[in-house]
Amino acid sequence: MRPRHLKALRVGVSVMFFALIALVFLDFGNLIPPAFTRGLLYLQFVPSLLQFLHGAPLGLAGWVVVLALTVLFGRIYCSTVCPLGTIQDIIGFAARKRRKGRGLRFVRPDRFWRYFIAAITGLLLIAGSGLLLNLLDPFSASGRIFSDLIRPAAIVANNIAAGAMEQFGFYAVSRRQWAILTPLAGGVAVATLMIVAWLAATHGRTYCNTVCPVGTLLGLVSRISWLRIGIDSETCTECRRCERVCKAGCIDLENMTVDSERCVGCCNCLTVCPGDAVRVVNGWRRVPAAQPDQGRRDFLVHSGVSILGLAGLAETNATVLQSRPTTVPEAVKGPVSPPGSVSIGRFTSICTACHLCVSVCPSRVLSPSLLEFGPSGIMQPRLNFRAAHCNYECTLCSEVCPTGAILPLAKDEKKLTQLGVARFIKENCVVFTDNTSCGACSEHCPTKAVRMVPYPNPQNKPLVIPEVDPDYCVGCGGCEHACPTKPFKAICVDGNPVHKTAKKPLMHVLEIRTDDSDDFPF
Amino acid sequence: MDRRHFLKNVIGGGIVAGSTMAFGGYAQLLAATGEPAAAYDLVAVRGGEPDVMFDRAMASLGGMQAFVPKGSRVLVKPNIGWDVTPDRAGNTNPKLVARIVEHCLQAGAREVSVFDHTCDPWAQCYRNSGIERAVRDAGGKIVSGDSEGYYQRVAVPGGQRLTEAKVHGLLLESDVFINVPVLKHHSSTMLTVGMKNMMGVVWDRGYWHRNDLHQCIADFMTFRKPTLTVVDAYNVMKQNGPRGVSAGDIVLMQSLIVSTDPVAADAAAAKLFGVEPADIRHIELAAKMQVGRMDLGSLSINRIKL
Repeated sequence: MRPRHLKALRVGVSVMFFALIALVFLDFGNLIPPAFTRGLLYLQFVPSLLQFLHGAPLGLAGWVVVLALTVLFGRIYCSTVCPLGTIQDIIGFAARKRRKGRGLRFVRPDRFWRYFIAAITGLLLIAGSGLLLNLLDPFSASGRIFSDLIRPAAIVANNIAAGAMEQFGFYAVSRRQWAILTPLAGGVAVATLMIVAWLAATHGRTYCNTVCPVGTLLGLVSRISWLRIGIDSETCTECRRCERVCKAGCIDLENMTVDSERCVGCCNCLTVCPGDAVRVVNGWRRVPAAQPDQGRRDFLVHSGVSILGLAGLAETNATVLQSRPTTVPEAVKGPVSPPGSVSIGRFTSICTACHLCVSVCPSRVLSPSLLEFGPSGIMQPRLNFRAAHCNYECTLCSEVCPTGAILPLAKDEKKLTQLGVARFIKENCVVFTDNTSCGACSEHCPTKAVRMVPYPNPQNKPLVIPEVDPDYCVGCGGCEHACPTKPFKAICVDGNPVHKTAKKPLMHVLEIRTDDSDDFPF
Repeated sequence: MDRRHFLKNVIGGGIVAGSTMAFGGYAQLLAATGEPAAAYDLVAVRGGEPDVMFDRAMASLGGMQAFVPKGSRVLVKPNIGWDVTPDRAGNTNPKLVARIVEHCLQAGAREVSVFDHTCDPWAQCYRNSGIERAVRDAGGKIVSGDSEGYYQRVAVPGGQRLTEAKVHGLLLESDVFINVPVLKHHSSTMLTVGMKNMMGVVWDRGYWHRNDLHQCIADFMTFRKPTLTVVDAYNVMKQNGPRGVSAGDIVLMQSLIVSTDPVAADAAAAKLFGVEPADIRHIELAAKMQVGRMDLGSLSINRIKL
């Protein structure tokens, strides 16, 4: 069997996934409903796996579907669902278009580095640090490329267009602001893109087959896949066309074998074979050779190990979570994690820093952290009140998070979730230093945890000064963001290592609700 | 064009009908000829819906055409500061904003734009305040104020503490500027009305807070006074302002104030709210700087009860 249309199908599906994922990250106007985003990202392996390990129901386990697909069809995930795979295909396609003639060649598998990187990633994760996973996970790496590189560039283009249209009195295209750009996250995104692009342009899918831990895991699974690419040695003329288009470099014409562990199921080979030598074959049919048995045995060993590993992972993280409140030194302002993340320990152990929440946050308060969450929390988003404050009415980040690092929160729940507590520093306050009115903090406070109280002053001016009631504070940062003093704010939010529940805002209902006096007081 | 015609007819008819009810035959005559009905400094209306009260107020001021020349560009600046629904009265009443847009278009304005530099995220404020939709339906243009790129540096000629500010380009481009604040309690300035609402046309509000807020509010009025100030006092937030905590902060007052004098409008609104204008420092400062008059006794006021 040699279905030529499989490549077209693969290209179609991958472009669709890629375009929609790009759209979700570049949706300036928050037009895409969160439910659509969740559905779209259902199959993303690492986010889905992390979500599952932290107790999501099986219905949310898109990774199981991916494993099942891999058992059936090999690593088609890498050629359709994975956005980084498509990024590589686009770059490789463009690069090879420019340099006609030279094709790709079979390469020996780099098993040492492949397993070594995957093992270190797994061990680090078990030890409680998702650092390497966050760096290497193809979805999160793509997310950072979209969020930290392409989105700002798109916003610049949008603003240039908006500015040009304003000259003619058109205001239909709105100028946009971006989240605070952190050089670290931007730098990591640039580095990732450059490395991946170079590998894709010169070597094909080396990232997927040597670096990517998801590729390695799915490669192990695809050793037992049902349908796979095979070469019929009798009809093959060794024209090498298949080898030259194989991005994975997995077609070995010397031995007439295809390394299904590395094959990403792109189906390029099927399309170019002039004869009928490259075929889709049934991997489960018993053949006399001893090879398949070995593969099955290997798989059983590997899968047994990985399941044990996963079980250990789930448990270890639970204990890690308890032993990590020290990420927030008392003396320094603790970082504030997004509403729905429950605690900083929990958040940092699940978040893969894909920056989808950073992209969708309408207030732009979410921005990639540097070392605020500790070394393994690098690039994970925190609430940056220098940039903005968390909108009281908004729960978008919790609705789109693909890993479950930010759990869904109902609006009423969110309004009582205390992310941190405001602390007033009187010595910095305008009312204290200048004896003039301000109250920007209290103005922005949605719960009136920051209220203005009479302030006796030497000049006997009728002044009021802020006072914080921590019980009602939700840590949204409205006060800190609005506080106009520089360089140090007169009010700031100390993040709660574990989110708490704030008291319901006091709602004094006015006694007189209707003023129906007929007269004018003037 | 059909919509324009339709609105013209509807509003024209509404104004005539309203005037008839208020003044009998004379007003109809005056409204029809377009002459200034009376040299009122300020019109206050009580007891109606926001749009009806505005129709009546404008009729007594000689109709919108007295303020909006044909072919002019109009900026309507409501308060859209917060991501709250209309029942919370944290933002200007959408019905009133829509009616103002309709009046301007009916008077022959080339275009009517609406924006605010919001405190909460702008898209959410625009949407949930109901103002975005109301303005679009009325035929106006809703414009973002959420990028420093929109704002241009200008000098504030008579400013004491505020000598320059970055102002939204639309304010600089517009021929007519209608300020439409909502009357609210304010945790720090005690009250927010028209002059305080001007903080939504500048980029760096922090500077004002940092440098004697009341003085800056008064200072900015020396840059540009609104053609009209329309104070929405339909639902009035009497406590927990300016954002409000619940609908329990609201008193239904069903009032509206329209004036060409921004200080007089604020002073009258203060009285409605129940405080003395002199107790609101920026009102007093603005009066001293001769931006307008706060002595309501010396003004000719038309008081309309519906």
